[in-house]
Amino acid sequence: MKGTYILAIESSCDETAAAVVKNGREVLSNVISSQIALHTLYGGVVPEIASRKHIEKINPVVTEALANAQMTIEDIDAVAVTYGPGLVGCLLVGVGEAKAIAYAAKKPLIGVHHIEGHVSANYICHQELEPPFLCLVVSGGHTHIVIVEDYGTYRIIGRTHDDAAGEAFDKVARAIGLGYPGGPKLDKLAKEGNPEAIAFPRAHVEGCPYDFSFSGVKSAVLNYLNIAKMKSSAKGEAPAEGTEFCPEVFEDGITRADLAASFQAAVVDVLVARTVAAANEYGMERIAIAGGVACNSALRAKMREVGEAAGKKVYYPDPILCTDNAAMIGSAAYYEYMAGHTADWTLNAVPNLKLGER
Amino acid sequence: MKILAIDSSGQVASAALVTEQTVLAEYTVNFKMNHSQTLLPMIDELLRMTGTEGSELDALAVTNGPGSYTGLRIGSSTVKGLAMIWNKPVVAVPTVEVLAANYFGYDGLICPIMDARRGQVYTGVYRCDGDKLTAVCEQSCMLLSDMVEKLNSLGEKVIFLGDGVPVHKAFLTANVTVPFTLAPMHRMVQSAASLGFLAGRYYAEGRTVSAMELVPEYLRQSQAEREREERLDHRTNG
Repeated sequence: MKGTYILAIESSCDETAAAVVKNGREVLSNVISSQIALHTLYGGVVPEIASRKHIEKINPVVTEALANAQMTIEDIDAVAVTYGPGLVGCLLVGVGEAKAIAYAAKKPLIGVHHIEGHVSANYICHQELEPPFLCLVVSGGHTHIVIVEDYGTYRIIGRTHDDAAGEAFDKVARAIGLGYPGGPKLDKLAKEGNPEAIAFPRAHVEGCPYDFSFSGVKSAVLNYLNIAKMKSSAKGEAPAEGTEFCPEVFEDGITRADLAASFQAAVVDVLVARTVAAANEYGMERIAIAGGVACNSALRAKMREVGEAAGKKVYYPDPILCTDNAAMIGSAAYYEYMAGHTADWTLNAVPNLKLGER
Repeated sequence: MKILAIDSSGQVASAALVTEQTVLAEYTVNFKMNHSQTLLPMIDELLRMTGTEGSELDALAVTNGPGSYTGLRIGSSTVKGLAMIWNKPVVAVPTVEVLAANYFGYDGLICPIMDARRGQVYTGVYRCDGDKLTAVCEQSCMLLSDMVEKLNSLGEKVIFLGDGVPVHKAFLTANVTVPFTLAPMHRMVQSAASLGFLAGRYYAEGRTVSAMELVPEYLRQSQAEREREERLDHRTNG
């Protein structure tokens, strides 16, 4: 029997991506053109530079995705695209391209929420996973505990009150001189450190048992660095003005790796504790992790350990599907398409699209 | 020959379907609306109204910059997608030349002015030599005062048009010493019919690119790139 083939496009941040996905679960091609090297020069993603790169890469990436799937546009049933949230200039390139392709090929158009895509990456990696389940969505812009009630139906039960977890990772990584992209570099360095070296705070949000706050732990790391810097400059060893202060070993014998590991442990502990508590409270037997931070090795290990100890089954996507990609968009789009949700030619980029909004 | 021409480089969203002889249809909207939402429905309307299939087209044309960065990319991504699927060549025409074509046949200098912010304008100078529109001064990003100086030294009558004209009217009136006219509102800004007219000529001359090759001409680096270069210059010189 012929399946449903979706060509999906993703350009919400700094990856230009296209994929062909069968029946929402089987990836026939998954092409990602990353701009990380380019943005490293600037210490983070520059929206205008990213948008310019997307317009250069979009046609080659789409062409390659079709070629790798050994398909032409005629074989495709629908065209899907991320329309938010993300950087508006970047989103518009994908949206403009996807609309034009769908229009010219006379195919249905499906607008996909970027975060629903991240959640759906789990459907690709775990064929047996079906709603309902609990999902921790963690990325540079999101930290949500969500009940996935059905395909495309989400109930948010926990959220961050300040920084997203990924944002805290990036800021701390920058402060300790790791640069961009901070998350993966911090994860790597933390493997060499002692997570119990410094007891950073595990913040609770009063009255909201499943909410998060990461500004406290971030400030604690920055304070630790400042105090160390002051001690060091009192001894006349201060670094030149304008350079990062990040010695390999601090005066108290704590290493930079210990600092990274201790910070990471503080963030991971609360993410895991709240998620497992929420799963217990709402009677969820399955826990999934989604988003860029779902790549974090400590988070994956701790969620598995604590979740399984509580009798839960724990899921997370393969690393390649945790970063921004279009395969996950093709998966989410399939269920949108099955539910009869298609977009018209006025589809626009919505940079602050909320989860569950249409 | 049939060309679908698309301009979203400025405030106006405009699409036209042209042949060598005729503007079959033109749809222009100059209203506070998002080009991302209006452009494709406009194209759909044009093609349906004229009963045209994408496969019948010989080429697609796009106003390729300078202009609003986002606007240029909306036009570019739309044309890239359409041209890729319909397998058609693309004609990419500089924005200032598209504007100058509004005054094709004029017997003086044509000077389009687009507001580029930060005290600068995108501008150029064109002249009609018989049946040809030629550039006296290619489009670039410059200070308006430098362009006015240039025009004054050329000593010929000139017509100004473009979205920069209303913004800089007082400056022009005070500083231009040659005889000049300001375009009336119906020929002041970009028109896809003007683009289509030029695109037909480009197409006949074989001046096309593939959908893959098409990239907007911004005429200016991004702010982050400019600032980075300034820092590096400062370091090497200081």
